[in-house]
Amino acid sequence: MELVATTRRTMGRLFAAVGAVVLAFGVLGLATPAHADIVNPEMPFKVSGNVQNNGEPVAGVTITVTGGGGFTATVPSGEDGKFVVGVPEKNADYTVTLDETTLPDGIAVVDNPNTPDFVEGNVQTASVGPGGRVAMNFFIGQGERHTVAWIDQVVQRLISGVNFGLMLALASVGLSLIYGTTGISNFAHAEMVTFGAVATFGLVHVFGDAALPLAIGLAIALSAGLGWALDAGLWRPLRKRNTGLVQLMIVSIGLSLAIRYLYQFFIGGGTEQLPGADSEKIQLFGEVSLSIVDMVSMGLSILLIVAFAWWLTYTKVGKATRAISDNPSLASASGIDVDGVIRIVWIVGSLLAGFSGILWAYFRPGIRWDMGGQILLLIFAATTLGGLGTAYGALIGSLVVGILVEGSSLFIPSDLKYVGALVVLIGILLFRPQGILGRKERVG
Amino acid sequence: MDVLGILSSTASFILDPTTMAYALAGLGLAVHFGFAGLLNMGMAGFMALGAYGYAIGILTFGLPWYLAAFVGIGASIVFALILGIPTLRLRGDYLAIVTIAAAEIIRLFLLTSAFVDVTGSADGLSGFNGPGGTVTNPIAGAGGFNDSNPIPDGEYGFPPFLDDERTWYLRIVGGIILAVGVYFVWRLVNSPWGRVIKGIREDEEAVRSLGKNVFAYKMQALIIGGVFGALGGLMLAFSTNVNSGVYVTSLTFFLWTALLLGGAATVFGPLVGSAIFWVLQAFLGLLFPALAKAGLLPFDSIQAAQIRFILIGVALVLLVVFRPQGIFGNKKELTFVK
Amino acid sequence: MSSSDKPTTPVKSTGLHVGEIKPGVAKKDPILIADGVRRQFGGLTAVDVAHVEIPRNAITALIGPNGAGKTTFFNLLTGFDIPNEGTWSFNGKSLAGVPAFKVARMGLIRTFQLTKALGLLTVMDNMKLGSTQQTGEKLWASVFHFLWKKKDVEIETQALDLLTRFKLDAKKDDYAASLSGGQRKLLEMARALMTKPELVMLDEPMAGVNPALTQSLLDHILNLKKEGMTVLFVEHDMHMVRHIADWVIVMAEGKVVAEGDPYEVMKNPAVIDAYLGSHQDVDLGTVTGRITLPKQGKEK
Ligand SMILES: Nc1ncnc2c1ncn2[C@@H]1O[C@H](COP(=O)(O)OP(=O)(O)OP(=O)(O)O)[C@@H](O)[C@H]1O
Ligand SMILES: [Mg+2]
Repeated sequence: MELVATTRRTMGRLFAAVGAVVLAFGVLGLATPAHADIVNPEMPFKVSGNVQNNGEPVAGVTITVTGGGGFTATVPSGEDGKFVVGVPEKNADYTVTLDETTLPDGIAVVDNPNTPDFVEGNVQTASVGPGGRVAMNFFIGQGERHTVAWIDQVVQRLISGVNFGLMLALASVGLSLIYGTTGISNFAHAEMVTFGAVATFGLVHVFGDAALPLAIGLAIALSAGLGWALDAGLWRPLRKRNTGLVQLMIVSIGLSLAIRYLYQFFIGGGTEQLPGADSEKIQLFGEVSLSIVDMVSMGLSILLIVAFAWWLTYTKVGKATRAISDNPSLASASGIDVDGVIRIVWIVGSLLAGFSGILWAYFRPGIRWDMGGQILLLIFAATTLGGLGTAYGALIGSLVVGILVEGSSLFIPSDLKYVGALVVLIGILLFRPQGILGRKERVG
Repeated sequence: MDVLGILSSTASFILDPTTMAYALAGLGLAVHFGFAGLLNMGMAGFMALGAYGYAIGILTFGLPWYLAAFVGIGASIVFALILGIPTLRLRGDYLAIVTIAAAEIIRLFLLTSAFVDVTGSADGLSGFNGPGGTVTNPIAGAGGFNDSNPIPDGEYGFPPFLDDERTWYLRIVGGIILAVGVYFVWRLVNSPWGRVIKGIREDEEAVRSLGKNVFAYKMQALIIGGVFGALGGLMLAFSTNVNSGVYVTSLTFFLWTALLLGGAATVFGPLVGSAIFWVLQAFLGLLFPALAKAGLLPFDSIQAAQIRFILIGVALVLLVVFRPQGIFGNKKELTFVK
Repeated sequence: MSSSDKPTTPVKSTGLHVGEIKPGVAKKDPILIADGVRRQFGGLTAVDVAHVEIPRNAITALIGPNGAGKTTFFNLLTGFDIPNEGTWSFNGKSLAGVPAFKVARMGLIRTFQLTKALGLLTVMDNMKLGSTQQTGEKLWASVFHFLWKKKDVEIETQALDLLTRFKLDAKKDDYAASLSGGQRKLLEMARALMTKPELVMLDEPMAGVNPALTQSLLDHILNLKKEGMTVLFVEHDMHMVRHIADWVIVMAEGKVVAEGDPYEVMKNPAVIDAYLGSHQDVDLGTVTGRITLPKQGKEK
């Protein structure tokens, strides 16, 4: 992957605001955090920190620490985004500089010299005190937002939320259908999401950047194939064995772990980018801007969701799917081929999940082995919010969750933005545990 | 390939603090799931509270380490109460999703930079175990966990268990907590109380119809299991720094794998399961890279070290499908109620 | 009668009611009174009981066609379901809003139509769960063996006694999951009796139990009555109802449509209508009866 030395102020705005959290504090003889790269370990005092993009560790970023007496040390951030530098003195100030040219393509620290009201975000001062905990926090992405008009921020977040919500919807309608027809709380859905992105990445690798549309098309087809394979190879045999629902849930957890680490095996623990992740932004009004990728991805989501809704409402298989969600035994008694329909549900669900994974890769941005797992609970939240097992509900639920997550970062620290959605998830399960359309089971 | 080296580092994992932490938390899961039928998928949250409660108790509140340990345990009890009061009425799979979400909320709060002064954010916390380790902490001062170690400095034991006084102290403390814990749980589940919670696992309506306060029993089980989770976290905190990156959902899933390996509805299952889990982890984590280096596997050694994580997932699937009672569990005591 | 277990001839309690017999008639000594209890599932009104009283120390049968609302009524009375409206009381104490386990502790125990044997517990453990006197069920006491061991032995003797009566003693160490359907019914009934209830509500206790055993269980129920217990049971077998019940309450479409002495009530046009619709010339016993019981009931 090429690391182009570019600093694009606009790019830092929406998706790619680098939450480059440079936490610098001095602790006497601090034990090295796991994985972090360390230089000068023999020195008695330490400056350490963290490079993160939206809560995601960014590896391989060059950090330079300079101090009095000509001290200078350079360290790359570790696999977990951390770095530790041994320094010779306490009660002293050190300058920590993040070399932006080593950031992955498409993300940047905002430090445009044309806007003098910004601190140079990638240069920080760390004071190693007499001991104890001195922690300094620099949210470069946030500092920048202060200059954007409130209404623009709201609109920007709203658009972003809808975009995110549509992407979630693609994943959650599939999860919802699967839950409705088979009763499985499918934790491996996260990996079906990741699959779309990873497959696209692999195909681009083979065919080249120019063949991106072809790669995406093929990846979606492969996603559908994955759904087929999972049902044929695993879920159908388990259905035949009459495996209990709790067991099926734990099987899906095991499957999720296995596939997740399989991805890590192939693409490693870092973040990869798809071509076009740094596409041009178009100014809409005020400070509100959207990249071409955003627009295309929203358009495609809507197209796919409409097609899906049409399929579910008007086709024979779609109707059968809803019938099975409603009452499986009645459906099979009235001559519906339940097994066949479930197979199709897995294929459609996996296809949609794969596509949403591709969009997620652009939204984050970046491809990671556990990227699906990062939004799994949000997908669950969306599905539950709309009423478990009802596809249309999942659609609404996704938009609510998307807007909630993106909107909440206007009020709370952005690294807590998922909390709101999780609280909603818990709340819904508490107050309408049977879902919106579900019925309470009878006793006795 | 250093076969002996691999075997010896592997064997040392039997007595590793991490193994003991898993065994303790696994014991908690056994109480939750194996005996009371509660699908707790948020054990990592309980462990995080145990570890962070302890560390924060020392670093922020300046408590002595043994009192700080009770902060961790107390935090897990409060969490169990907050989680249990509304959720214990929920159906099994909903409880799973609620607990997993609650554990994630805890992790996000520990990770956020909003409370960095207390939680250390992404860096986590360190230096709370006192001088015996690597750090003098000005707040905790002397008298940290490491200082309470009565064993004179030096190397003890025999290979592969030839280790310094701190490691031995950890092993002994962990061993005592585990032994007491196992005895306590064994007593509990073989008592009339245990009979009631096993009944609840099978069919709570039936137990309710016999006049038992099902909710109270479930709450007690949730708290007891949660305290064991916190003890597991505490054990981890005794041995190393705390970091929110450890208490992720995968930790809960690994615990489940270890639990199901040993047998969920058994008292010794979590112990045996954790030992097998970690010994296999250590073994495969060394074996595959060694094989790769020797040119016997066609990938690099980083990849080779990751194969074992794939195998955890595969093992979990196979266990649940083919041996739900665990390797040593009683076939009749299958724990999955249909 | 000539079998080894000599069946007791039921001693019917009479004069249970006050005034003219009609649905909701007052009883001399009611143990359970329900007033205006209504439960709806969406558009369907499953139970809509204006007024009903259950006589103390008598065997009352609750009958009615499938879907009449009998099980739902049981659920409502015992706190397993919450009605949309209504009040009901047990021994003069209102039960509205009382959770199911407290209802059970007050001495009102029910069994389930769909059996709830605790499959992965042994038969004996199932029985022991029924006991209400085990302090070892408290968390703090449970870890101290000596606090509850003696009581457990006592409970075990008690349980064995009941199991023998229910012909389950040979199975006491087996997992309940290995029992047959009928045996599970028996176990559930025996377990309910372990609580020593004042009023026991049995939902189709004899469904799936073979005739010879049915006879001996009926004797057992009659003994319970002798000991002062009150029994309310749901049953579709009219012969059995006639044989054993002192009083019969008939439900149809959620309402109590008739009450009375078992012989009189089956002649009631409302009952025949509810059960038979157009086939009104058939005897109710032959339509719903499953077994032929000794005739002594009818001749009495
Ligand atoms: N949880 C529920 N949700 C919806 N409808 C229900 C529920 N429970 C019962 N019903 C309906 O209420 C009506 C009464 O059911 P109930 O089980 O009380 O009948 P019953 O008299 O016990 O019948 P049976 O003799 O067959 O056992 C039925 O029509 C049933 O379908
Ligand atoms: Mg019924």
